Amino acid sequence: MTQVKVRPRFSRKLLAIPYGLFLAVFVLIPLLIIIYYAFTDDAGKFSWDYLRVFFNENGEGFWGFFTSYNFKTIMRSLFISVMSTLICLLIAYPVAYIIAKCKLKNKSVLLLLFIVPMWVNFVLRINALKELFVWMGTYNKSNAWNIVNTIIGMVYDFLPFMILPIYTTIIKIDKSYLEAAKDLGATPARAFVKVTLPLSKAGIMSGVSMVFLPSMTNYVVSNYLTFRNVKIIGKLIDDYFMGDLWHDGSFIALVLLLFMFLFTWLTGGFSADEQTETRGTSLW
Amino acid sequence: METINKDSKKHIIELIDVSKEFDGVSVVENINFYVRKGEFVTFLGPSGCGKTTTLRMIAGFEMPTSGQILLNGEDISNLPPNKRPVNTVFQKYALFPHLNVFENVAFGLKLKRVETTVVDGNGKEKIKMTKMPKAVIAEKVRRALDIVDLSGFEKRSISTLSGGQQQRIAIARAIVNEPEILLLDEPLGALDLKMRKEMQLELKAMHKRLGITFIYVTHDQEEALTMSDTIIVMSDGSIQQIGTPEMIYNEPKNTFVADFIGESNIFSGVMSKDGLVRFCGKPFTCLDSGFEKDEPIDVVVRPEDVQIVAPENGQLKGKVTSVVFKGMHYQILVQCGRYEIEIQSTVTPEVGALVGLCVQPDGIHVMRKKFRVNKFTGVITKRNTVEFGDGEFECDVTQLYPGSYLDEEGYLITAKGEKLDLTDTEVNVEVGLHDITMSDNLEEGGAQGNIISLIYKSEYYRYIVRTENEEDYVLACEDLWNENDLVSLSIPKDKIRLTLKDTEGAKK
Repeated sequence: MTQVKVRPRFSRKLLAIPYGLFLAVFVLIPLLIIIYYAFTDDAGKFSWDYLRVFFNENGEGFWGFFTSYNFKTIMRSLFISVMSTLICLLIAYPVAYIIAKCKLKNKSVLLLLFIVPMWVNFVLRINALKELFVWMGTYNKSNAWNIVNTIIGMVYDFLPFMILPIYTTIIKIDKSYLEAAKDLGATPARAFVKVTLPLSKAGIMSGVSMVFLPSMTNYVVSNYLTFRNVKIIGKLIDDYFMGDLWHDGSFIALVLLLFMFLFTWLTGGFSADEQTETRGTSLW
Repeated sequence: METINKDSKKHIIELIDVSKEFDGVSVVENINFYVRKGEFVTFLGPSGCGKTTTLRMIAGFEMPTSGQILLNGEDISNLPPNKRPVNTVFQKYALFPHLNVFENVAFGLKLKRVETTVVDGNGKEKIKMTKMPKAVIAEKVRRALDIVDLSGFEKRSISTLSGGQQQRIAIARAIVNEPEILLLDEPLGALDLKMRKEMQLELKAMHKRLGITFIYVTHDQEEALTMSDTIIVMSDGSIQQIGTPEMIYNEPKNTFVADFIGESNIFSGVMSKDGLVRFCGKPFTCLDSGFEKDEPIDVVVRPEDVQIVAPENGQLKGKVTSVVFKGMHYQILVQCGRYEIEIQSTVTPEVGALVGLCVQPDGIHVMRKKFRVNKFTGVITKRNTVEFGDGEFECDVTQLYPGSYLDEEGYLITAKGEKLDLTDTEVNVEVGLHDITMSDNLEEGGAQGNIISLIYKSEYYRYIVRTENEEDYVLACEDLWNENDLVSLSIPKDKIRLTLKDTEGAKK
């Protein structure tokens, strides 16, 4: 017998190549560029200048950071996204619960009613909301109203992202858990608090990160709804880059990245238990 | 069905005329039974017979459509599950995945409020409902885990436990609440055979030790026979027989029970006289009496009650067609003419050998025939066909009036020359078991339905075909069909026996 030629075998690993390439070109390399810009000066030399500028913007030393423009913007962003997430959760949970528990055969149609608004163009929707605020007289009325407008816009925009994962976890909860709780003496309200709520935690966490993270940076909403009067961290970065201050912009982008990482880690997004599974599949 | 005892004090639970429908489909029909305090009662039946629904009604997850459920003589039919002194071990355990073993077992205790005497500010003693103290809960949980042999598992997470261990935790979670009745819904279904056998014995021992009333649901007849004090055999939403395991096995009330419990040969026969029964074309002496002369009956012979003897000494003669080793014994099939007989024996004849078979009188169990003929009420249509049992069949309407005939227009001319229009006349219809044929060509027959039951009766299979609107046809057929097959039914014109329901109505 002659030697058998070994054919290169098609392995499943090869399927990852397109994504790998995409990741390298559009995520990894830009990230490296951001890091490069954050830690170099105009001459292209390594420098801590922008770290220093970020924390000592007013030239008042370290404690001055807490009164600085950057700090205030971060705090404002944080306030807006925490409030948006909270309101989304308060609206979305009952909605998701009611749809999941209703006895209708076509629950998905009901669910669709909450998703259909997403099909309308985002800018169009936000503009429509702006007109509504103008009509109500709250548009650009005061700083406080601007923040309120921004939060309403964020909730409006991200609500479906909160409803969907919560709905999918609630609908997956086996009916027998609730029966067991009632069998053991729990009233329907107790059974909800002791069983349904903890078992839908994964969906809540997923929804929270789906709303919290983008509402930190989605400055289109605040721009449209407040005539650029409410600045959030995303807008800050945009301003620096528009003003050709690439090094400052890059450094803040890095701070934001760190922030996101911290948040995901805190909400258990990196743990490899079954909760992450639901995170992945819960969205659609 | 057992009658309701006047002395209902001893009956911890009693169901009176309980029915349950889901969306108009009847699942449980008019069942009556009681359970004595401390008894181990098993609902036994094939899937879909309504046994789990009955259990769920006792637990409170389903409310009966009609009827009463009495607990210690009090009606609890509409009480929610959390207010009933009853706990359930679920089929798939339903242990809370977000809680550990201790928290799972303590779940019920933490919800409980106990009466305690407290001294208020004025020095007066008052009875208040308070939470159970933590130490008491911990002690009770420890004891419950001890009972199920899982001491020291308190801190373990549910997902790290094996199926058998989860099963035990589920039992511990239920018994820790000291319920009056423990309901078990096929609790061993998910375990492997060996584990199941072990748990059966353990559950039985636990029942003795705790003294709680157990109500158990299973489709496994062996499990039911092993564990129960009383077995309630259910089929198709109604109770077939209530009795001790021995009674159910030795004296099945009907062919369904005989077929479902253990292996059995079921024959159609006739009762020649008291103590003499004729089946398989031969007379046999038996111990049964009290039947009409030549009454058609069903005969049950357990495979272990058939003895293999020399051909010349046998009451029946036949050829061995198959011998299968089953561990404890051999399963042997013998063809005696048209009849196939199953035998369990430790002797092994060779396949093809001619053998004689003997059955002792106490091995023959005679049962009244449940279905002798299919009875329906029907209506005659314009075309002189008859509508009954969810179908329409051609028939001979002239049999209603002796000597009559049909004219060209379809009117019936009686022997006296009267002209009758039979349209919409109500009639009673009778069709024999052997007169209905099944076909998978759905166009062919007058009615169609699904096969919901089949029982092998040595000569033929007895099928029950149920139509869409729940009309049942009982029929005999030599061919083997599958359960749930959709078939059409045809009946030859001359085999449909009609009688007038209301003589006056037909004459107008």
